[in-house]
Formats: sequence, C-alpha cells, structure tokens
Amino acid sequence: MFDLLGVPPQVLFGQLLLGLINGSFYALLSLGLAVIFGMLNVINFAHGALYMIGAFVAWLLLTKLGLGYWWALGLSPLIVGLLGVVLEKTMLSRLYKLDHLYGLLLTFGLALIMEGAFRHFYGVSGQPYPIPDALKGGQNLGFMFLPNYRGWVVVASLIVCFGTWFAIERTRLGAYLRAATENPVLVQAFGINVPVMITATYGFGVALAGLAGVLAAPIYQVSPLMGTNLIIVVFAVVVIGGMGSILGAIVTGLGLGLLEGLTKVFYPEASNIVVFVVMAIVLLIKPAGLFGRER
Amino acid sequence: MATQSKTAQIKTADTQTTTIALRRPGQDSTRNAIILGIGLLIALAAPYVLYPVFVMKVLCFALFACAFNLLIGFAGLLSFGHAAFFGGAAYITAHSAKVWGLGPEVSILLGMGFSALLGLAFGALAIRRQGIYFAMITLALSQMVFFMALQLKFTGGEDGIQAVPRGHLFGVIDLNNSLSMYYFVLAVFLVGFAVVWRAVHSPFGQVLKAIRENEPRAVSLGYRTERYKLLAFVLSASLAGLAGGTKALVFQLASLTDVTWQMSGEVVLMTLLGGMGTLLGPVVGAAIVVTLESYLAATSMPVPVVIGAIFVVCVLVFRRGIVGELQARFGRR
Repeated sequence: MFDLLGVPPQVLFGQLLLGLINGSFYALLSLGLAVIFGMLNVINFAHGALYMIGAFVAWLLLTKLGLGYWWALGLSPLIVGLLGVVLEKTMLSRLYKLDHLYGLLLTFGLALIMEGAFRHFYGVSGQPYPIPDALKGGQNLGFMFLPNYRGWVVVASLIVCFGTWFAIERTRLGAYLRAATENPVLVQAFGINVPVMITATYGFGVALAGLAGVLAAPIYQVSPLMGTNLIIVVFAVVVIGGMGSILGAIVTGLGLGLLEGLTKVFYPEASNIVVFVVMAIVLLIKPAGLFGRER
Repeated sequence: MATQSKTAQIKTADTQTTTIALRRPGQDSTRNAIILGIGLLIALAAPYVLYPVFVMKVLCFALFACAFNLLIGFAGLLSFGHAAFFGGAAYITAHSAKVWGLGPEVSILLGMGFSALLGLAFGALAIRRQGIYFAMITLALSQMVFFMALQLKFTGGEDGIQAVPRGHLFGVIDLNNSLSMYYFVLAVFLVGFAVVWRAVHSPFGQVLKAIRENEPRAVSLGYRTERYKLLAFVLSASLAGLAGGTKALVFQLASLTDVTWQMSGEVVLMTLLGGMGTLLGPVVGAAIVVTLESYLAATSMPVPVVIGAIFVVCVLVFRRGIVGELQARFGRR
C-alpha cells in the first residue's frame, strides 16, 4: 500500500470524510445562526440544544411511535421549528427593543433548561439510532471505503445549504427577507408583515438545526450533551466566516471541518483547538471575518 | 441591521451618572458607609454562625462576579469566557503550592499574574470585535483553555489537582485553621472589592462608562477607547484570577469544572441576578446562587434547569437585578 505524507491513505481519507461530515454540520448550524442573526440580531445560543432536540425527536419517534428515519427527517425539523416559533412569539420578541446581548442571555438560559431537562430524564449516556435500511452498506472507492450513510449526509446537507442560498438570494420571498434585514421599517411600510417574517425566519433557522440533529443521529449517539460543545465551535466558525454572507457560512463550515480532519491525522493533540486557533489568527489579520463586512 | 448600526452596549441600572452627581455628596456617602459597615460586621461574624467553607465559597464567587461586573456593568462588554481566568489561575495556584511548594500568597499572586497575561492576550483579540461577537470570541477562547486543561499533563485531566496544601501565610499563620483561612479570604475579597470600587470611581471608570453609553462619542472626544477597554479587561481578568487562586486554596482543589463554559455562564447569572452595574449586586447575586446550588444539590431537582429558568426570568422581567431594583425604588431617583 502506498503512503501519503507518511500516512496510510485509508486513515487520511477516512479522517477527511469525517471532517467533511463535521463540516456539513458546522455549515448547517452556522447557516441557521446567520439567517437568524440577519433578521433578529440575536445570536441563538439555544441552537445547539435545538440540534440535540432534533436528534431526540427522531429517536423518540422511532422508539415510542415506531416512525422510521424518513418520517423523522420530515417531522423532526417541523417540530423543532414549531418549538422555535413558540419561543420567539412568547419570549424573544419581547427583547427586540433592548440591547442585543439580552437575546444571547435569554437563549443561553433556554439552552440550559432544555439540556438540563433532557439530561434529567435520559441521563448522559448516548442512545443508539440505527442507520436506515436503504442507506446501509458502503462503496469501495479503491483508495477508501465510503459508508453510504456518510455520503448521504454530506450530499443532503449540501443540497439543503444551497437550497437555502437559492431561496434567499434568488427568490421573491428571499428578496423580501433581505430587504427586511436591511431596513425592516421601510419593508413594513410597503405592506409586508415583518413580525410574521421574523417569526418564520427564527422557525426556519432552528428547523435547520433540527434537521442537522436528525442527520447526525445515526452517526453520533443521541445524547443530551451532543449540542453543547458543537455550538461553541460553530460560534468560532461564525466569527471566522463573518455573518455577512450565506455562501460564506457554508464554505467556512465545510473548510474548517476538513481542516479539523487533517489536524486529527497529523497532530491529533491539537484537533480540538485548531478551529479556535484559526479564529484567533483571522481576528488578527481580518477582524471582520473572511466573508464579513465591518459595520 | 442598518438601523441598528449603533454598537451594542448594555444599558444597566447605573445609567444615571448625572443625577448622582447632583445629589449632595455627604448624604450618599453616609448611606454607603452604613451599608458597608453592616456588610463588614456580617462578614466578620459569619464564620461563627455559618459553615466557614461555605462563606468562603460565597466570598470567592462574589469577588469573581465583581470582577466580571467591572466589564459588563461599567464598560458594557459581555465576556462569556471568564471561567478561563478563574479556572486557569486556580490551576496555576494549585500547581505552585503543591508541586513547587510555594507559600499561599506567592501561589495566588502567580495565578493572578497568569490570568492577567491571559487576559491581555484574550482582550487584545476580543476587543477587535464588538457586542455579540465579543461574547462569542471570549467564549471560544475560553473553550480553548478548557481543552488545554483537559489535555496538558500538569492539570491532571479529569482528576484535576487534588490535595493542594493551604500552607502558612507569610510563613507564619497556619491556614489549615479554618478561621485563619476565612479571615484571609475575607481580606483578599475586601482588597479585590476596594480595587473595583476605586476603578469605578476614578476618571478611568468615568471613561469606561462613557464608552458603555456611547463609544463613537467617546472616540470623538479623543479617548483611545481600545486601550481603556483592554485595560478594563486585564483588570477584570486579574481579579477573576485572584478569586480563582483563592478558591483553589479554600477547596484545596483545582478542577475542570472551574474552566467550563457553564462556570462562565454562572458568573453572568450572579451578576445579572444581583444587578449589573451596581457595586453590591454581584455580591448579593453570588450569595444567592451559591446558596441555591448547595440547597439544590441535596434535592433531586436538576440544577441546570433551575439556573436556566432564573436566567430566563431575569432577562424577561427583572433586568435591573435585585440591587438595581432596590436602588431604583428607594435610592437614586
């Protein structure tokens, strides 16, 4: 077997694939954060907890109701999205006139409640979630073995990411959304119901997190703590990419996932902190972020 | 977004600097002296009534919260990564006392020095962005410290550094005696509190408030706001380190708990609950949260849920905090 830079290709490509999958989750989550931030000016700290709830809903649908993966893929984001709508209507909407930092504090408290509650009822150990039958097995690509499910996760999240990009940048509804992001008062004056749009945006953003949770369930175990550490890395991703552009969020997420995978191969000790180091470097060189605008 | 291009700064209970200046100074200082005197008496008598380690824990967290409040309450900077300074200093203090065999005062100073340097590095990075980004950057950087504490050899991984000797203060006073330890901790707290008080009531503190209220205007007046913010950040980090180092000696333990983001969140809650931008608020908040946690630990209630619920209630309906609310009702109008 030939070696690549002293590393067997199976190991290298295996880690790169894992990095790509992590990157897909970073992209999905940071995309949701960016969409929410653009409209609400709130950094949604509860995003990780809602991702976790997405995975848990899938698991509960399977174990309590016997509804499989494909049902979960549709229902779980819907349920998480509705939960988001309720949270926005009852709590977040009261804070828009105040400092943005209160939104962060509120969603931090919500994240503690959600994670604490799931931990109380389901413990910290993970629950296994089976891979759906249609996606079992894998392909031998010659240089590596590609499990079908992992390939599906990457393709599915890319489709959702670019679908979102298309919807926001190329459709009429997206144009309203972008306009309302720039100047909500003016858009309202044109007769568009901005409060409803804000609620829908939050619901959509957290539904993306729920979807990421369902996609993640068969790969990682379904556990109450699965969102906590992820969300902090996603925050760093958001700082690196800047929240100015949708494409920026997608590209940064995938890129950093790959970088993390590479670090795992060549210097595993640093794999946990590499994203934060990149963030520090980006802040030194380009404080607004790679794709961000200084405002 | 464009409509809200003004930089995000938290407005707190103490926004009425002008009205305070108009009040007769004598009246205000008499009342403050009375409150401080009563507080001091309670603190002096506390170890005879309550379990000393518990009161020491309250004092350490109160100092930690005061340090945090210096940033959020007076400079409008929300740091979500203060656990890195608190826990980082705890590790350094524990290591110096246990492995190097240094005295408690030197160990604590080393821990504090470490936090100051860390604060300088983190502050220099974080003040390049504002508002929400500032919070996210400090959170991410402190998570880096967490992973380092998890992986480095000297921190002892999941076990932490246990059985840290308290030692003899200045080589004379035996701190294994819980009363001596208590009065030492009280002295440390009072020094820290005095530093915060002095900083807030200095020209430096006034500039910080100006930055909190309106940074572009402070810039236009010729202040180099970046330097003021950085100095405030380093000061706050050092005091958080002082609290963390002292805590390591009190519990004779430095562990991963002290560097987690939950710890950063807890200090935010203490300050929010007590009243951001008030001097005594963080002390009150710390006392309540520590008491509540030790009470909850004995029940089967999940602590994070209760803490999270208090967070939500505070943000939605009780933003001035306890002391801020009292001040608004009875004091400054």
